Amino acid sequence: MFSPAKRFWLRAAALAALTALAACGKEEPPPAPKAPAPEAKAPAPPPAPFKAAWMYVGPVGDAGWTFAHDQGRKAVEAEFGDKVKTTFVEKVPEGADAERVIRDLAVQGNKIIFATSFGFMEPMLKVAAEFPDVKFEHATGYKTAPNMRIYDSKFYEDTYLAGIIAGTVSKTGTLGFVGSFPIPEVLRNINAFTLGAQSVNPKIKTRVIWINTWFDPPKESEAAQSLLNGGADVLLQNTDSTAVLQTAEKNGKLAFGWDSDMSAFAPKAHLGSAIVDWSNYYKKAVKEAMDGTWKTERTVWGVKEGQNDLVKISDGVPESAKKRIAEIKEAMKAGTFEVFTGPVVDNAGKERLAKGAKADQDWKDKVDFYVRGVEGKIPTAK
Amino acid sequence: MNEVALLAAATIASGTPLALAGLGLLINEKAGVLNLGAEGIMLVGAIAGFAAAFHSGSEWIAFAAGAAAGMVLAAGFGVLVIWLGTNQYASGLALSLFGAGFSAFVGVQYVGRKLAERSTFEVPVLADIPFLGPALFKQHPLAYAAVLLAVALAWFLYRSRTGLVLRAIGESPDSAYSLGYAVRWIRLAAVLAGGALCGVAGAFLSVVYAPLWVEGLVAGRGWIALALTPFATWRPGRVLLGAYLFGGVTMLQFHLQGAGVQIASQFLSMLPYLATIVVLALISRNPAWIRINMPASLGQPFHPSA
Repeated sequence: MFSPAKRFWLRAAALAALTALAACGKEEPPPAPKAPAPEAKAPAPPPAPFKAAWMYVGPVGDAGWTFAHDQGRKAVEAEFGDKVKTTFVEKVPEGADAERVIRDLAVQGNKIIFATSFGFMEPMLKVAAEFPDVKFEHATGYKTAPNMRIYDSKFYEDTYLAGIIAGTVSKTGTLGFVGSFPIPEVLRNINAFTLGAQSVNPKIKTRVIWINTWFDPPKESEAAQSLLNGGADVLLQNTDSTAVLQTAEKNGKLAFGWDSDMSAFAPKAHLGSAIVDWSNYYKKAVKEAMDGTWKTERTVWGVKEGQNDLVKISDGVPESAKKRIAEIKEAMKAGTFEVFTGPVVDNAGKERLAKGAKADQDWKDKVDFYVRGVEGKIPTAK
Repeated sequence: MNEVALLAAATIASGTPLALAGLGLLINEKAGVLNLGAEGIMLVGAIAGFAAAFHSGSEWIAFAAGAAAGMVLAAGFGVLVIWLGTNQYASGLALSLFGAGFSAFVGVQYVGRKLAERSTFEVPVLADIPFLGPALFKQHPLAYAAVLLAVALAWFLYRSRTGLVLRAIGESPDSAYSLGYAVRWIRLAAVLAGGALCGVAGAFLSVVYAPLWVEGLVAGRGWIALALTPFATWRPGRVLLGAYLFGGVTMLQFHLQGAGVQIASQFLSMLPYLATIVVLALISRNPAWIRINMPASLGQPFHPSA
């Protein structure tokens, strides 16, 4: 992961050596600028590889969010071979360091840079203004620039599918959700999970515990334990480690994997894994940047584009649920099914989406409520 | 009622690593050595324990590995502060930072790895008692070991001759030295014991509690353990109670959310730390509480010639 840094020092060393050479070699003629005399018949030198870089918030080994993005990066390498040179920087905190890292990556000659956490948005926007020739891509954000665009995933399609299973297998009728931060993305996931469950069992309730972090396994398992203690018997989480799933396993309860296939971590508790596969988008983005068709836009892909899926559904899941999931997935692929279709009523009884209406992107961006069936109040809600 | 029992059980589980580390630090401090490196030692113990459990499949080997790793770090710290007379505060802080970086460095390959299945432990017969069974008797064996350790330590410090010597060294190393006790070696032994217990506490976190390894897994528990000793006015039983109190506050924040209590979760997240400050402030209001039990030479270097 330090190869960019290493390259920098190599380059610095080479420069120093050249300077020294020039200084001590005054009597000799200065080295010709086109040093390697081109042979008349030599084929054109192979074009320098197109450089693409990724910046991650977590370690690539987290088996979750960052791992999934890195799989996408590897898919780009596999697709373009020698034509593309990829690098990544992992564990970049969302803060002052992020800007420095993005600028470093741009200075090092990367032509397209992906930043994969919400908190990288402002730093990236700032650096994008300084490097108009570099394409910047930001995951899960909402701000763009002439050379910066955004991409996202319809996780809520995953959680809706997971909800169908949860609603079918829950015995207590109470589901548990370990939430990271109460932002629209996470609220959509909680709501879709609940709606999916209610589509098979209208009486389903969901309880939410917020831990205010994306990644803190002891905290995640403590929250999961609390939900189980409170009577929830199927858990889903929006946090990035395997801790919630493993806590369910320890307690003989059920849960889902998140971001990547986590079935190996809890053979008994695992009902399925909500995954995101970024490879199609990354291949598209790099290709567009290479052939000059890249333009600022917002891409939100889901089950339809093969970016989201619920995989490794456990054998223990009843056929009825499996069948329903297959049907819904087909409809999602055909573009005829929208998770947030009216009437959507929040848990205070207010109608948020009229009967028959399908939610548009703007509506989804502004979700700030729990649907009916989710208990409690959102911590930041006034 | 069942929910209360489960909350109690979760509280004990959450308090056990704090109790182990806190009791270890108590031994340290009773001998007059303040080890601010607890967080770092716990982290190194956690990764050592996780790696041992990953390769051996045995959690007892993991605890031994955690203890050994903790002792190695503590030995380094002990030599620095006891023989070379370096500042205990600075050395401890350095150790804490070193442990955080070192554990992250050696732990890279273990991130996201999974340990083999563990069988759960129940105390025979007692576990079947309604309410009390699920609340108290389905804990990991180390949870009971922590209670026994607190009792044993109380006996050792206040009823045994060796404990008296240890306390004497903490109170007045010069007097103990003039009576012929090997002050520095006994201090080193106390530091090693403290390091071993902190290491076990870290291994408990990574092998039993989480159970997985990530960078910074200990997440400030070492600092809470350090706060436990003044919190408990250096009494073993109170260290244990304090550990459960902190464990309880930690669990309560999630429990209240799950129960639908309308308090901002961000506020609940800061409760354990707020509790630390409040209790320390309350204790400090009565200087006698502190002075009676606080080792007089805590944090001060000892030079035999002086």
